[in-house]
Amino acid sequence: MTIRHLLGLYPDAERAANGADALRQAGVPQSSIEVLTDTPYPEGAFGEPPAQHRLFVFPFIGAACGFAVGLLLTAGTQLAYPMPTGGKPILSVPAMIIIMYEGTMLGAIIMTVLGIIFESRLPRARLGTYDPRISEGYVGVLVVDEDPVVGRAEQVFRQSGAEVIREREPED
Amino acid sequence: MQERHVLTEREINRDLLGFSLTTPRNFWLAAIPLGLMVALMFSAVGYMIYWGIGVTGLNRPVMWGFMITNFVFWVGISHAGVMISAILRLSHAEWRRPITRAAEVLTVFALATAALFPLIHTGRPWRAIYWVFPYDFSRGIWPAVRSPLIWDPSAIFTYLTGSSLFVFVALIPDLAVARDNSVGWRRTFYGLLSLGYRGTTRQWRLQLLAGILLSALILPVFVSVHSIVSWDFGMSLVPAWHVTIFAPYFVIGAVHSGVSAVVALMVLLRWAFHLQAYLTPDHFDAIGRLLIAVGNTWFYFFWLDFFFALLAREPDEVAVWELRLFHWPYNVLFAIFLITAYFIPVPLWLFRRVRRSIPLMLLTSISVNIGMWLERFLIIIPGLQWKQPLTFNWFGYRPSIVEIILVTGSFALVAFGVLMFSKFFPIIPLFDIKEGQKLRHDLRIGHRQVPGVIRE
Repeated sequence: MTIRHLLGLYPDAERAANGADALRQAGVPQSSIEVLTDTPYPEGAFGEPPAQHRLFVFPFIGAACGFAVGLLLTAGTQLAYPMPTGGKPILSVPAMIIIMYEGTMLGAIIMTVLGIIFESRLPRARLGTYDPRISEGYVGVLVVDEDPVVGRAEQVFRQSGAEVIREREPED
Repeated sequence: MQERHVLTEREINRDLLGFSLTTPRNFWLAAIPLGLMVALMFSAVGYMIYWGIGVTGLNRPVMWGFMITNFVFWVGISHAGVMISAILRLSHAEWRRPITRAAEVLTVFALATAALFPLIHTGRPWRAIYWVFPYDFSRGIWPAVRSPLIWDPSAIFTYLTGSSLFVFVALIPDLAVARDNSVGWRRTFYGLLSLGYRGTTRQWRLQLLAGILLSALILPVFVSVHSIVSWDFGMSLVPAWHVTIFAPYFVIGAVHSGVSAVVALMVLLRWAFHLQAYLTPDHFDAIGRLLIAVGNTWFYFFWLDFFFALLAREPDEVAVWELRLFHWPYNVLFAIFLITAYFIPVPLWLFRRVRRSIPLMLLTSISVNIGMWLERFLIIIPGLQWKQPLTFNWFGYRPSIVEIILVTGSFALVAFGVLMFSKFFPIIPLFDIKEGQKLRHDLRIGHRQVPGVIRE
């Protein structure tokens, strides 16, 4: 089956939301519809379900890794070159806590950023079906599906006031 | 927030991307002198490395001088950015929108500049690597994790990495807009950096979550960094440094100087990039109110520091305070410090007319930073200068021309960094401004038309 990409550009969010509703009513599955904007809208503004993601797992993994590295670094270096100081323990825990804390936070931050990029489905080598007018306030409604579904979407775009309809080269 | 400028998205793109996509003559007028000052600064560093740190005014017993003062000062400035950005994001303050990125960028460049100074101060910067990185496997020499001089690099590295990533993540949507509005090499450049961002509803959801999550993660780091910098002093046995309240005192001092620096930056950006529609007197009014609270809290900690010394009656500590208060030149510097850091700006900010006056906000914010630089100087130098037993070589501290060049050069370096960032990237977040425009609606209450904000 041929997969087609069709983008409808609407001049404002209201018409785009109506267009997206009309697509769903015409039987276009939600998984085939993407709304492209240049600014964040409240979740569900275009009738889309809440985004499923696991972003909150990433900081915990990063924090655990950072903590482990901090522990290894501080304990390992003190044990590798022991400096007995007045009969005190070789491992100086209060000092270790500071570096382990920084390691934990660094790991959490780095993994959060990686998580954001990963969960946002980035990086993308190619933009795909896109129109630069989206960055000027147009709202793009993108349908990626098999030929008959996209054919129905094209009709919906025309009826619901899409100002521009663009299609990418079909791919098999 | 009574003022409202309604702009179309195209106008916002044109206004905020204009400086990045074209090169006006004003850019060169600013970049060339700043670049020359930065070159002079690095020449001074080279001169000092070649001849040794004997070319500075450092001598027994004062071995920490202008460079360490400057280090503490710039770490302080770096605190404002993320603090303003993170706290205002978490509290959904509407007036944050045009300010956040400039504040975050100031953080990055101020912190990078701060990190240079302890390295330069060592005289042999390449040897500092021995202290910090555990790499000398063959000889089994490792960093001393018990030393605050190891805690410092770990905290600064974490904060610098976190702040840079914070800036980058929030910049991705705007890089996509820059990509869409540019041609040639700029399009390739912004296209690569924007990672193929298209603004899907999923990407926006994650972008908003990123702002909240990273803010929550970076705030504890922000508090830890200046606490750890304060422990460089607090963990020593130098009188007037060995003080238990140094950590919160340093943190609030950092916020006081840093938020003031953000005000100065806002004024300069407004003037340089003609951002009158984006940075309005309302924003200065709001940040002025914040500064009243911060300034008074800082003053409270200053008094605590002073009273702790007096009430404890430890002779060494009292002697340092005597040096600060009654001996030339510290007494004059002390008076200037208090007047400029507190007694001029904070009472003035109580007046709405002052908070809404942009020239006065610029002057008061510069005044705070003069005072706060002197505060760090007066913490560091008199503590070491005080005559203590068993010190046989005795010299006063007088900064050399090399140190003066380094300090002035550091201001040029930060300004140059912010300028170059603004040249290539939008310094005011486009998507944040556009979102603010979309969510604002005028409400009619009685006879008044009041701007309201829609929030989920």
